[in-house]
Amino acid sequence: MTLFGYRLPGMSSLILWGLLWEIVGRSGMTFFIPPLSEVFLTLFEVIGTPPFLKALSETSYAFAAGVFFALVIGIPVGILMGKNRLVDELLLPWVNIFLSAPLTALVPVLMVLFGFGMRSIIITTTLFAIWIIILNARAGVMQINRSLVEMARSFGATPMVAFYKIYFWAALPEILGGVRIGVIRAVKGVIIGQLLISIVGFGALFELYANNFLMAHFWAVLVVLFALAFTVSEFLAYLERRVSYYAAKR
Amino acid sequence: MVMPQIKDPIGHLEMRAPPNAVVARGVSKTYGDVEALKNLSLEFPKGQLTSLLGPSGCGKTTLLKIIGGLLEPTAGEIEVNGTPVKGPGPDRAFVFQDFALLPWANVLRNVAFGLELRGAAKSEREAIAEKYIAEVGLSGFEKAFPHELSGGMRQRVGLARALSVDADVLLMDEPFSAVDEQTRRKFQEDLLRLVQNENKTFIFVTHSIEEAVYVSDQIAILLPRPSRVLEIIRPAIERNKNVDNIRRDPEYLDIVDKIWAALRSYVE
Repeated sequence: MTLFGYRLPGMSSLILWGLLWEIVGRSGMTFFIPPLSEVFLTLFEVIGTPPFLKALSETSYAFAAGVFFALVIGIPVGILMGKNRLVDELLLPWVNIFLSAPLTALVPVLMVLFGFGMRSIIITTTLFAIWIIILNARAGVMQINRSLVEMARSFGATPMVAFYKIYFWAALPEILGGVRIGVIRAVKGVIIGQLLISIVGFGALFELYANNFLMAHFWAVLVVLFALAFTVSEFLAYLERRVSYYAAKR
Repeated sequence: MVMPQIKDPIGHLEMRAPPNAVVARGVSKTYGDVEALKNLSLEFPKGQLTSLLGPSGCGKTTLLKIIGGLLEPTAGEIEVNGTPVKGPGPDRAFVFQDFALLPWANVLRNVAFGLELRGAAKSEREAIAEKYIAEVGLSGFEKAFPHELSGGMRQRVGLARALSVDADVLLMDEPFSAVDEQTRRKFQEDLLRLVQNENKTFIFVTHSIEEAVYVSDQIAILLPRPSRVLEIIRPAIERNKNVDNIRRDPEYLDIVDKIWAALRSYVE
């Protein structure tokens, strides 16, 4: 977008919204919204403190482990569903159900099954992320050009070799699209897990600040979390663009 | 079963027939109730180019895929150099109608991909690939990606890939149908040279009568529903004289007319 002949950098509109936030905060309309400047001051105060770093490492660990399992289970299962009609018929209804199910309602069941610790949080994170990853990998494989597969077979590729030399790469644009959405859902999953299962990580900080009406602290941590989620998502979008050159030409 | 007649318009009867590289014996293929091929027998002489020609639905691509080991016949068998075909093998290489290139790999890796799947070492397979890239006239494009190439150049990559595995039999499934007319003519001339220089057997699927007569040592005309061999023609055109004169050769024109007369009633 251009304004008075100047090209505005991306997301310049955030400045406008930030100003609005500052004005609402300074007018003292509600204690719930402190001025944005105060939030950022608190943010720099909080970052680097032991509780914050502890929360960050706990959350990152649960998030990374959850996403890891979603990837190493989700992508092969999705590819298999796309390749094999029988596996697809067996699993597709469940994938669709879990994709649209309110997973938060399942969290208490997970607590009963897997206890109140990190394990349940990781499983919750995986459950939030995995379904869309499976569906996208499946869709990616289903649109593969049949003659690519025949080509590999005619030159003597075993099914296993075809799996990682053809299917994975041919479906990669769709797989990455699914991973990006799945990772965003995993952020949701890890915070919900930390709030509902055991009060650790960022979940614990939110709980602490909200209960003590430390709104500036509350918003500061939220801003950090949004920024992290946004960064991860943008990085994956960048990877997606890297492979998009062949997405239209398979 | 009616055995296909072998017609030899000029009559090189004194010439001894070369041994067969590929033999199809009583091959049938059914998909559910649909008979794609019915009891089809055909011989492919070594070192020659045989075209499978016919209207769409006559099962020519199905036969090619059965020879390639990509499809299993419902009945009958294929022999390549005397050994029955049980699946894809290193004695046969495929050239695909839609090129079937890896869009995420450059020309060098695409050409070397057949060798990569056969477990050749990287330096070895890339040296071989370089040689065939030069042979098909793509030197300088080793690092280019398929989407940066024209259709004709992409098929040259597909051809180089098939050549680089050094198979005895080259199976070509309408390889020139997705490229423009001028490129296609150039390809046909190059193919003639290839048949002469490489000691390979070519099986060539096409629906173009002119193309078949131009490039073939032997043409098998297939008819649809139920699929069968109508006739086998061996055009006796002096090819090594001059490629430009082939299309003016009376023999060439006669055979084109004759095939069209035989096929026209089957084209809906």
